[in-house]
Amino acid sequence: MKKISARWRNLYTKAGFSSFMASLLAILCGLAVGFVVLLVADPANAFWGLLAILTGGLSDMKNLGQVLYAATPIILTGLSVGFANKTGLFNIGASGQFIVGAYVAVLMGVKCTFIPGPLLWLACLLGAMLAGAVWGLVPGFLKAVCNVNEVIACIMMNYIGMYGVNFLIQLTVFDSLKNQSLPVAENANAPKLGMDLIFRSGATASSANAGIFIAVLAGVVIYYLIEKTKFGYELKACGYNRDAARYAGINETRSIVLSMVIAGALSGLGGACLYLAGAGKGIEVLDTLAAEGFNGIPVALLGLNNPIGIIFSGLFVAYLNQGGFNMQVYGFAPQVIDIIISVVIYFAAFSLLLRGFVERRVKRREEKRAADGRPAVSGRGPQEGGGAE
Amino acid sequence: MDEYIIEMCNITKEFPGIIANDDVTLQLKKGEIHALLGENGAGKSTLMSVLFGMYQPEKGVIRKNGQEVQIKDPNDANRLGIGMVHQHFKLVHNFTVLENIILGVETTSRGFLKMDKAREKVTALSERYGLRVDPDACISDITVGMQQRVEILKMLYRENEILIFDEPTAVLTPQEIDELMKIMKELVSEGKSILFITHKLNEIKAVADRCTVLRKGRYIGTVDVASTTKEEMSEMMVGRKVNLNVEKTPAQPGEVVLSARGVCVKGHGGSKNVVDHVDFDVRRGEIVCIAGIDGNGQTELVYALTGLVEPEEGTVMLNGQDITHAPIRRRNAGGLGHIPEDRHRHGLVLDYNLAYNLVLQSYFEPEFCSRGFLKYDAIYEYADKLIGKFDIRSGQGARTITRSMSGGNQQKAIVAREIDRDPDVLIAVQPTRGLDVGAIEYIHGKLVEERDAGKAILLVSLELDEVMQLSDRILVIYEGRIVADLDPKTVTVQELGLYMAGSGRRAVQ
Repeated sequence: MKKISARWRNLYTKAGFSSFMASLLAILCGLAVGFVVLLVADPANAFWGLLAILTGGLSDMKNLGQVLYAATPIILTGLSVGFANKTGLFNIGASGQFIVGAYVAVLMGVKCTFIPGPLLWLACLLGAMLAGAVWGLVPGFLKAVCNVNEVIACIMMNYIGMYGVNFLIQLTVFDSLKNQSLPVAENANAPKLGMDLIFRSGATASSANAGIFIAVLAGVVIYYLIEKTKFGYELKACGYNRDAARYAGINETRSIVLSMVIAGALSGLGGACLYLAGAGKGIEVLDTLAAEGFNGIPVALLGLNNPIGIIFSGLFVAYLNQGGFNMQVYGFAPQVIDIIISVVIYFAAFSLLLRGFVERRVKRREEKRAADGRPAVSGRGPQEGGGAE
Repeated sequence: MDEYIIEMCNITKEFPGIIANDDVTLQLKKGEIHALLGENGAGKSTLMSVLFGMYQPEKGVIRKNGQEVQIKDPNDANRLGIGMVHQHFKLVHNFTVLENIILGVETTSRGFLKMDKAREKVTALSERYGLRVDPDACISDITVGMQQRVEILKMLYRENEILIFDEPTAVLTPQEIDELMKIMKELVSEGKSILFITHKLNEIKAVADRCTVLRKGRYIGTVDVASTTKEEMSEMMVGRKVNLNVEKTPAQPGEVVLSARGVCVKGHGGSKNVVDHVDFDVRRGEIVCIAGIDGNGQTELVYALTGLVEPEEGTVMLNGQDITHAPIRRRNAGGLGHIPEDRHRHGLVLDYNLAYNLVLQSYFEPEFCSRGFLKYDAIYEYADKLIGKFDIRSGQGARTITRSMSGGNQQKAIVAREIDRDPDVLIAVQPTRGLDVGAIEYIHGKLVEERDAGKAILLVSLELDEVMQLSDRILVIYEGRIVADLDPKTVTVQELGLYMAGSGRRAVQ
């Protein structure tokens, strides 16, 4: 018992713990406010509605599979936003990068049937990344060379991407009956890896596929890139302090451009993963920007821009969405469901604020323990020296 | 019995990893100027923040006129008559002087502002204390010295009797400092009591009655200023004898390392040359100082030398190679070290930890990086080595986030990084600005040491004392031109001052 509590204490004095607790607290606050919204909308079913949104993703294996499928693209766009943020850039263009990536993936999936087996799938992913990268390159280049604000350039690229893709779909891979893109070749879809056998309920299989592994892998790779490499060191230096980076001889132009290129490639990959799933989903020709791109922003925020955190926050947002579908059973309007999900995400923005709160709590407990005469575990002894003035 | 208007007894305040104040006692007599002296990071500002209610001490009591009081926030402090002029002023820039002064204590009638009464009171106050301000001027239009007067008026308007000045002279010109000293004496003669935070001994000597010294968060003692020498006070502050003079042997100049020929740099407007056809050489084994009043092109000249801006005309040679248009990385690798003027803007990535900042110029070397991956162990090992060698103090060692370190230790980190790279020429721009005597002595010693090791040093300084003591040759810059090449052994401070003001006779060439 004692050992466990010591280990627990060890855990909660770590910096990551307060970040995690802060996100958790933010979610709880969001759910509480969401519950109030439910009470207003339909007091009788409010409790069941909340229960549905909380447990919907776990209610059966098929729903869990849908969570994995829905999480894949938003993890990738979340990584895209979070990665650019490390370089001090706000990549609001994930939506455009996402859709051009999706288009190139679908186009190749329909037309490049000469590529054999799952190689076609991989080729489509690469094509999507390249297209997304180009869409990120433009605002990155404008920012680095002409000092054009990347937010404006990104928003413009979103619209160019959306209308451009609509136009090109009608020109190349249009299914006029469904008003969407044609289905891709079977081997362009992500391998199921037997997941359709695990994540199913009765006769209906979920859309879970190998894409989720791509997303997780991307998260791990980005984590290493940011934290462990020389390149990541330069990117972060540019993000924190451009002038100091310049002073140190870091090529900031290159850093900014590359950062946007990589962010764009991640979003493009997300686009490919959504449509190459064998779920029968095609790119619809609608005049709306892809929501997955914008969802990347709260996902990155909720994950505090940490690539590993983004994997979990992406799963969480997908889980909420899945729970939202289940709420329809109780007759809640889809709008109300969207409000709940938005409220929870909205509160995620408070997680930074809450982090300070958690840290203070942890410190106070530590002090109390020290006052009780038991040694604190963190090993932070009083030290001499300057720093606090 | 109420000899003391404010007493802070046995105050202890801790931060993670640091005891900022350890059993500190401070007693302020009514009607005195009491200086609070200490190195960077000694805990002066923390102690004042405790008094002003911004921090709660872990231990200790505060008494006013012998009565114990609780100060939970600045409003409590204000109610007790304690006012503070912060090092960085807290003014609303697009408000007028008058609006700033009454901010928070507006006189109103039925929700509408009544400015007339306030205006009368402010005018009366400024006349009484000789604080000349224009009540209708916008804060963004007035000088820093004037802004400081507004801060003082804010305290007087609130009828504070205990006035805290947190390093008030750091941002002022010499004339403004004299003015401030006069104002402080005036205030005291009108019955106010002043706490004056500083690490400049000259100023303490000039105005303070008593002085309390802190060192590393501990209370060292309180002395009577008139009967204590500067040397004694600096010894109390640093904990050892401090040599206020730089000791060095005559220079032995070797070959030219850095040379500038006809360098011109255009100003922001783009029309005028802020650096105008500057020529000079810096040789191995000498400290060349560029002296001048701030804003005469020093900053831009250094930018051109170090590659932060492209010169309009002219050439810069480093070790015989033309580096006029070379990228910064190549200059640094070619033997150029740069201690920048603005340590927060250029010198450090404040959100990186200390170790990361110490390798800011060398993280890509094979020693710290292989196949694109950083070598963590090597970086932290190197950081620990520099921290030990250069005595950089921080809460959590190499892992301390640089932003949380004191200014002096941040500067030491930059000096450590640039010197340890072993450059052929070191460009040091105001390397001791805002530092205490201990750190200044240390950095001066290091620069002389580097010179004696055969390095070329180009020092840019605004402080005449530093220029006179450290340099082997003085180049005076005025309106972007080098107007004199002087020998510090033969020139007097007065002469140097004349050159800097643009009225010198001799010109180079």
